Amino acid sequence: MSDAGVGAAPATALRAADAARRRRAFGRLATRNRLAVLAALVLAAAVLAALLAPWLPLADPDVVDTPNRLRPPLAAGHALGTDEFGRDLLARLVWGARVSLSAGVASAAAAMLVGVTLGVLGGFYTGWIETVVMRLTDILMAFPYVLLAIAIVAGLGPGLRNAMVAIAIVGFPIYTRLVRGVVLSLREREFVEAARALGASDAVILGRHVLPHLLSPVIVAFSLDVGAKILATAGLSFLGLGTQPPTADWGSMLATGRTFVILSPHVVLLPGLAIFVIVLALNLVGDAVRDVLDPRAATR
Amino acid sequence: MRRYLAHRLLLLVPVLAGVSVIIFMVLHLSPGDPAEIMLGSQATREDLARLRADLGLNEPLHVQYLRWIGHVARGDLGRSLWMKRPVLGEVLTRLQATLLLTATALVLSSAVGVALGVAAATRPNSVLDRLSAVASLFGASMPSFWLGIVLMVVFALWLGWLPASGMYAPHGGGDLRDLLSHLILPAVTLAAASVTIVARLTRSAMLETLGQDYVRTARAKGVAERRVVLRHGLSNALVPIVTVIGVQAGYLLGGAVLTETVFAWPGVGTLMVQGILARDFPLVQGCVLVVALSFVLVNLAVDLLYAWLDPRIRYE
Repeated sequence: MSDAGVGAAPATALRAADAARRRRAFGRLATRNRLAVLAALVLAAAVLAALLAPWLPLADPDVVDTPNRLRPPLAAGHALGTDEFGRDLLARLVWGARVSLSAGVASAAAAMLVGVTLGVLGGFYTGWIETVVMRLTDILMAFPYVLLAIAIVAGLGPGLRNAMVAIAIVGFPIYTRLVRGVVLSLREREFVEAARALGASDAVILGRHVLPHLLSPVIVAFSLDVGAKILATAGLSFLGLGTQPPTADWGSMLATGRTFVILSPHVVLLPGLAIFVIVLALNLVGDAVRDVLDPRAATR
Repeated sequence: MRRYLAHRLLLLVPVLAGVSVIIFMVLHLSPGDPAEIMLGSQATREDLARLRADLGLNEPLHVQYLRWIGHVARGDLGRSLWMKRPVLGEVLTRLQATLLLTATALVLSSAVGVALGVAAATRPNSVLDRLSAVASLFGASMPSFWLGIVLMVVFALWLGWLPASGMYAPHGGGDLRDLLSHLILPAVTLAAASVTIVARLTRSAMLETLGQDYVRTARAKGVAERRVVLRHGLSNALVPIVTVIGVQAGYLLGGAVLTETVFAWPGVGTLMVQGILARDFPLVQGCVLVVALSFVLVNLAVDLLYAWLDPRIRYE
């Protein structure tokens, strides 16, 4: 009832000190880890370009211009050349970034939301809820990751939205396992017992005492997961099960360009390079986030 | 050990039941009529009715499932609509190619990964150690299908050292040498990401065991450094290494789908993708079932291997 009122001021001070400590740690890491700063800048540039694509001075990514097909990079009017239909590759890469980045973030976010919810429920409530949640994750993890995603897309039908749903379904058990482990240990801690003794409801205990502790492990897992999800959606698009033509997305650009790889390697190399650079940047930033939020892992 | 084996086998039952339910439900995920999806909009009403009767789609869901699982238990995975042949025979033929590719990639990633990891752990912060750290970051970020295409362009098209795709040369091939030359590029592509994961984990497991007192004692006794590293270090670091290799086996089995597509390797992965694009649900179900079963068995084998490596696990 009044567990929030008692000692609220010291708690705020502690939180401020904690925030200041994290800011200082972040600053130290930023100077030490220049690579992560560079990666963050690359990411920021990619996100900005993707967001501003409609207003950038780019050619229409879907306009076919067959006389100008498979032009090499630095050709007149096409900085990165053209693809097999004469479409501007730079424009398709930037518009493709919108699809690939948002698909990665959205499927990772969906996996996180479902996974964290089930993990909290499975860790906090013993009995049938725990049994159902844990058996479900066990069964989903009994499949190879990519295989299950492909099978789900087979059922739902090819398409970007379905590919994202499939990847989110395949991805949530990782969060469930992670969160359940943390919640199980938190449930036995004194401050949770104290809150319960003071008559706090489950909602209050979860919201005020459990969720804040989940924040850093979940942020760390999420920041490393977005890159994996971008790779997975690109993989499904590459197999023809994700984005459908003529929409540009990095995976499908790679798949259609594959036929022309001998004549014009750039139609395959560029989208692949885009995926590689973005996922590498995400992993570098993810590692830096982990170093800040989970210093013990950094020393391992 | 026998009790442990029985316990582990018993634990498989609910997992296999769940796996089969999920595979069965995949066919029923789509919002429309599965018969219409499989036959397309051109199908006549009679064709649709016949397919529904063949697959028992008019029955309630649980009856359909029980009938399907009954057939599966007898080794009948249905008939492929597209190839007009029994699914099981086709999938098993393709499975051999997938298992060959996966096993080769696994051997490659374990051998190279463990060797790199041990070398990095014995010389921390050396050039090799740093290179392996960079390689692991690259391995986790590189799309395998892209790496496959790049390797194909360089080694098959530009240098002409290795064949670009398939399992055997169309003319005059067919011997072991031909198979191996076709196997190299897909196996290296598939193994690339795993090598770096196995190497990083081996490094950290080895650093931990090499810091133990018994290693210091062994060195103090004058045991040769090579023996200290392999006998006292590596053999005690094996449990986590085997764990990560086991996890990799599963990833490789799933990742093979993409690699097979890049190199037109005639495995279950390419068959499944063709099945999906042809909307051949019995074929897709058969492929997923067989690969998932192989995955479960690989995991079981890894669990048994731990128990053999570390007797403490058996008695827990």
